[in-house]
Amino acid sequence: MLAYVIRRVLYAIPILIGVNLITFVLFFVVNTPDDMARMQLGAKRVTQAAIDHWKAEHGYDRPLLWNPAASGLGKATDTIFFRKSLRLFAFDFGASEDGRDIAAEIRTRMWPSLALAIPVFLVGLAVNVTFALTMAFFRATYLDFWGVVLCVTMMSISTLFYIIGGQYLVAKLWHLVPISGYEGGLDAIKFLILPVAIGVVSGIGSGSRWYRTLFLEEMGKDYVRTARAKGLSEAVVLFRHVLKNAMIPILTGVVVVIPLLFMGSLLMESFFGIPGLGSYTIDAIQAQDFAVVRAMVFIGSVLYILGLLLTDLSYTLVDPRVRLE
Amino acid sequence: MSMGFLPVLLPTDVLLWLLVAALAGYFAYCRRRPHLAAPWVRVLKSRAAIVSLVLLAGYGVVGLADSLHFRRALPPAGPGDATAYSPEVLSVLDLALAHLRHSTEKTYSAPLATRLFVREEIEMPDGRVLRDYPRLRFGGAQLASEADRGADVARRTLAGLAGAALLWGLLGFALRPLRRRFPEVPWGPGYVTLGAMLALAGPAFALSLGYHVLGTDKVGQDVLYLSLKSIRTSLVIGTLTTLVMLPLGAMLGVAAGYFKGWVDDLIQYLYTTLNSIPAVLLIAAFILMMQVVIERHAEWFPTAAQRADVRLLLLCAILGVTSWTGLARLLRGEALKLGELEYVQAAHGFGVSHLRILTRHMLPNVAHIIIISLVLDFSGLVLAEAVLSYVGVGVDPATTSFGTMINAARLEMAREPIVWWSLASAFGFLLVLVLAANLFADAVRDGFDPRVRIGLAAARRAAKEAAA
Repeated sequence: MLAYVIRRVLYAIPILIGVNLITFVLFFVVNTPDDMARMQLGAKRVTQAAIDHWKAEHGYDRPLLWNPAASGLGKATDTIFFRKSLRLFAFDFGASEDGRDIAAEIRTRMWPSLALAIPVFLVGLAVNVTFALTMAFFRATYLDFWGVVLCVTMMSISTLFYIIGGQYLVAKLWHLVPISGYEGGLDAIKFLILPVAIGVVSGIGSGSRWYRTLFLEEMGKDYVRTARAKGLSEAVVLFRHVLKNAMIPILTGVVVVIPLLFMGSLLMESFFGIPGLGSYTIDAIQAQDFAVVRAMVFIGSVLYILGLLLTDLSYTLVDPRVRLE
Repeated sequence: MSMGFLPVLLPTDVLLWLLVAALAGYFAYCRRRPHLAAPWVRVLKSRAAIVSLVLLAGYGVVGLADSLHFRRALPPAGPGDATAYSPEVLSVLDLALAHLRHSTEKTYSAPLATRLFVREEIEMPDGRVLRDYPRLRFGGAQLASEADRGADVARRTLAGLAGAALLWGLLGFALRPLRRRFPEVPWGPGYVTLGAMLALAGPAFALSLGYHVLGTDKVGQDVLYLSLKSIRTSLVIGTLTTLVMLPLGAMLGVAAGYFKGWVDDLIQYLYTTLNSIPAVLLIAAFILMMQVVIERHAEWFPTAAQRADVRLLLLCAILGVTSWTGLARLLRGEALKLGELEYVQAAHGFGVSHLRILTRHMLPNVAHIIIISLVLDFSGLVLAEAVLSYVGVGVDPATTSFGTMINAARLEMAREPIVWWSLASAFGFLLVLVLAANLFADAVRDGFDPRVRIGLAAARRAAKEAAA
């Protein structure tokens, strides 16, 4: 088990190097730092001096991969690749283009993100499983049929519609909650309740339809027939046998997204003015702050790999038949 | 001699029409091979498939009419001059909707309104200045008195309905031979859907000759026109993305499962790495970088439309790069299973080359997975466009799309009274497109997935009902 975990962690290293190379190529080879400076400085006709000044200020005035001017190890370390890309491995994100420390920003912004993402995740899972189980219980009846129709319709509606419509109806028309904003502590609840509700509702369509398929697949198995044959009621079969077994694919399927909850929700946070990592990312994209985008790409991939590892481990936890070698 | 117009081949036009040709070729190929035609016949027997196909065909006609572009010749400046062409790139759809394209107002106006949505200072003939809602330049300009609007709208609606009914009857008559040839296809629901579509389109067209049926947006453009123009963008993103996704996903996925060993490791490494980057960020990084490249090489693109089009194509490409991994993983699993089967082992024994085994024995046996996942992905891609355009890394701001429409209309929700029509139109058109695509995808899955056919009766029935 421990050996397996260690091997998986080691396996993550080449993947992170690959991610790093992709971002490096995108950010520094396709575009030279000169282009970046020109874009940041805005004006079409900036002087070369202004560009050089900007590059020096932000540390982009070094060669890309190899610095012949430096001495000793500096030949490899005093380069953009080392300073801007490799340092991410030490979780040293440096400063954003406007000079603020990215790591500090992430530490303060992850809490609002989690305060939104965790309730959406947990409530959403509970609602979807309940909905799917109800449909599976009434399978092949009109209730099931219209449930599926509802699911397909709900998953055909753009998330943007749920957000804009919900915000308009609940916050603007009915004045039940503030339109947007955020406060720390318990006051956060009144700002979060609407985004959480919208997040859950927008996920019902695809989520419960998927779980319903899983439940129905499970209900075709032999042990279910055995349970029915020994005279158990349909409810007991469903809750005691099917639910337990169907939770294996459901749980292992959602584990991969748990670490990614840290990243927050881009749309929800930016619409509701929640100062989390999602709105941080979207602001960085819109302001073309590449230092922040690079840092978020790196964190995202670390969290994804963590999610893959957790998925494998969760198999052994919920399914005793699985042994990790 | 000037032709009067200069055809413009935008890259996405060319690819879109090639795709249409390829699809036609594929179906012609299928027709003569019963084993390939069988799943499609199963699909076409489903009512949901027919209804959604009719809806998708409606969108397709608009989108394809919007994919034939040209530039008009300008009137010659003097005798003997070489013909110059207008920098404005138009499409056949623009010709059909010329009255809408030219009928811009000053700013917002509600659907079927005769007056502007905001007050303005109007100078009266006697010199007094009045603050009132001014009459529209186009909407209801034909009315002698605004009191006649109700009667005029009713008259136009009836005329539109009559035209639609006539067209419906004609189409029904023209389809009769087909109907007799393929009696097993549920023509009825399809015909009803067609009727419903015509009953909406007919009056909409008749009214659009005198009014803004869906109102106007902030800069006074007709919302109906914008919505119809957005259809092409959605279709391009939903279909052209597959041109990148399909070869990458199919080749790499099957190769990984077939060759195993280091090839498998390498391909798995590739897609795990790509997957681990959050898709939005990868797309954002790519689009932002490409934007710089495009700006640096402005001379590559003679017109703004061509530049916007290249950006659309690049968006499709990067969406393809981020979405091939799912297909590849599915195919890898399937190819691992297939590779162990006797007929593949036998082919090895006979000394058949790898390439031939891959193309003759593996690919045809995973084709159903490819078709299902391509159709399933369409709706997700169309929805993704709206989100990406909101984030600012979608289509070019000059390209009309549902995403840019929603993005522009988002702030209007804060106005008092609320400007709801552009958002409602964009979401409405988007919903019908995605819903039709989802229903069609379900029908295709049921038709192609062997598990659905031999699986348990309950799941099968439920799945069928879901599609119906």
